[in-house]
Amino acid sequence: MEWETVIGLEVHVQLSTKSKLFSGTASQFGAEPNTQANIYDLALPGVLPVLNEEALKHAVKFGLAINASISKTSVFDRKNYFYPDLPKGYQISQLDFPTVGKGSLMINLEDGSEKVIGVTRAHMEEDAGKSLHEDFHGMSGIDLNRAGTPLLEIVSEPDLRNAKEAVAYLKKLHSIILYLDISDAIMAQGSMRCDANVSIRPKGEIELGTRTEIKNINSFRFVEKAINYEVQRQQEVIQDGSRVVQETRLYDAELNETRSMRSKEVANDYRYFPEPDLLPIVIDQAFIDSIRETLPELPDAKKARFVKEFGLNDYDASVITNNRDMAEYFESVTRDSGDAKLAANWITGDLQALLNKNNWEITESPIQAYRLAQLIARIKDNTISGKIAKRIFEGMIEDSSSVDDIIEEAGLKQVTDSGEIEKLVDEVIDNNPDQVQQFREGKQQVLSYLVGQAMKLSRGKANPNQVNQFLRNKLK
Amino acid sequence: MALDKSELEKIAHLARLHITKAESEEVMLRITDILALIDEMQSINTNDVAPLAHPLDLLQRLRTDEITERDYRDELQSLAPEAQEGLYLVPKVIE
Repeated sequence: MEWETVIGLEVHVQLSTKSKLFSGTASQFGAEPNTQANIYDLALPGVLPVLNEEALKHAVKFGLAINASISKTSVFDRKNYFYPDLPKGYQISQLDFPTVGKGSLMINLEDGSEKVIGVTRAHMEEDAGKSLHEDFHGMSGIDLNRAGTPLLEIVSEPDLRNAKEAVAYLKKLHSIILYLDISDAIMAQGSMRCDANVSIRPKGEIELGTRTEIKNINSFRFVEKAINYEVQRQQEVIQDGSRVVQETRLYDAELNETRSMRSKEVANDYRYFPEPDLLPIVIDQAFIDSIRETLPELPDAKKARFVKEFGLNDYDASVITNNRDMAEYFESVTRDSGDAKLAANWITGDLQALLNKNNWEITESPIQAYRLAQLIARIKDNTISGKIAKRIFEGMIEDSSSVDDIIEEAGLKQVTDSGEIEKLVDEVIDNNPDQVQQFREGKQQVLSYLVGQAMKLSRGKANPNQVNQFLRNKLK
Repeated sequence: MALDKSELEKIAHLARLHITKAESEEVMLRITDILALIDEMQSINTNDVAPLAHPLDLLQRLRTDEITERDYRDELQSLAPEAQEGLYLVPKVIE
């Protein structure tokens, strides 16, 4: 039987704020255990929550970026469950009146096509602490630094049809969040986390199959692997004549499998009710408009502009605009060098390879935008050839002096002096009588061999166009 | 619905509250009163009443995103039954 996969993602993003969602405790990553956990975060009697305005602004900003409806009135609710990393015994979340309602975003698929994915809602809630189960003689250790960190939970519609689409969606979300600067969204550090709801149904069937929720997927690569594993597992369950059980499953990256965690039907009754310690959050149009004004140009708009304004192809434009810093780097190089095409080629080629190799962000690149622009300018004014430029580029990684100094020092300036080029060409003609003969008999392609010989003789420094010209004239 | 003494002791223990013998009689009466109030509330027909997010007709004030708390770990951990290497220790919990 042919199956169709249906996936919806729930993505938690830690919002970048100085303090926690409901208290004035610092919320930085990586602090000593419990040094960022004060009386409110520990839920000592009598403490009350007060909402962090910045977190609310971040949530609204995200909503505007995905063209979602923004609720002018939103309400916080208590989600009750018992676990020691949640000292209050409930998590403050939003159930019926989330801040961000229905929206959508566009994903880019590998074949170059696009697909719109619905976002059901995005609600604000507080993060829990962390439990450590080893090394405490039968006890668990609790670190509450993370407790109360503001989260935005972004829930997608079940619009995704395979693991690759899920990854594309997550990447697009990641890109938008970084553009908005509302979170550092680092999956490895848990500031962006993804749960996947996965079900399968016979192709053509409208009703959804029973879904499982996969947790603990902490990289883009694992999202794809975990979903593929789970789809395969569900197919086998059904083909064996059994039923898929609705449950939460944990992804184990080492074994590449999902394991049953707990059965949702029996375990979860969160007894939600409106949080009595918080009043409804009411925002007006002026508040929303003031946030709209802070929206940057977003990846899709930037990509369209790069195609139109700079003549980039779709692929290059996608790669470059995927990352806001990369897009800014590109615009800076283009402005300073006056050549968008060369800028794009260098950035998606040599520079990207260099960054990947060293695991650097573009902001950490030893070759800053203005220096790459200088290099491109020297290619354009024929000071160096494209081939030599690659060697200069290598030199620029270690050497922070100016591009002109590096070219000078390496003695790699392109030879454009016609006297010198003529000498080179004469030498090549003398050394290659057979090829010269062939060319004169009409075998045009031999010319590139002869040009190659001249370039080799000049150690790559001769201007290939001039060499070509001289050869043609002399061999007439 | 009334509360008996052993239930009160159990709840106090779970909430880590110390209630003396002298106080227990009064606390029990007050909790019993609250439970009676809840019974009364549950008997009211609310079919035509729109859900209310909050009884006060006021709006939530927001807090500027500033760090107003310092690190009180040592003071707070001195209140905890057990702590080690900066972590609060609790009976082992694992799913």
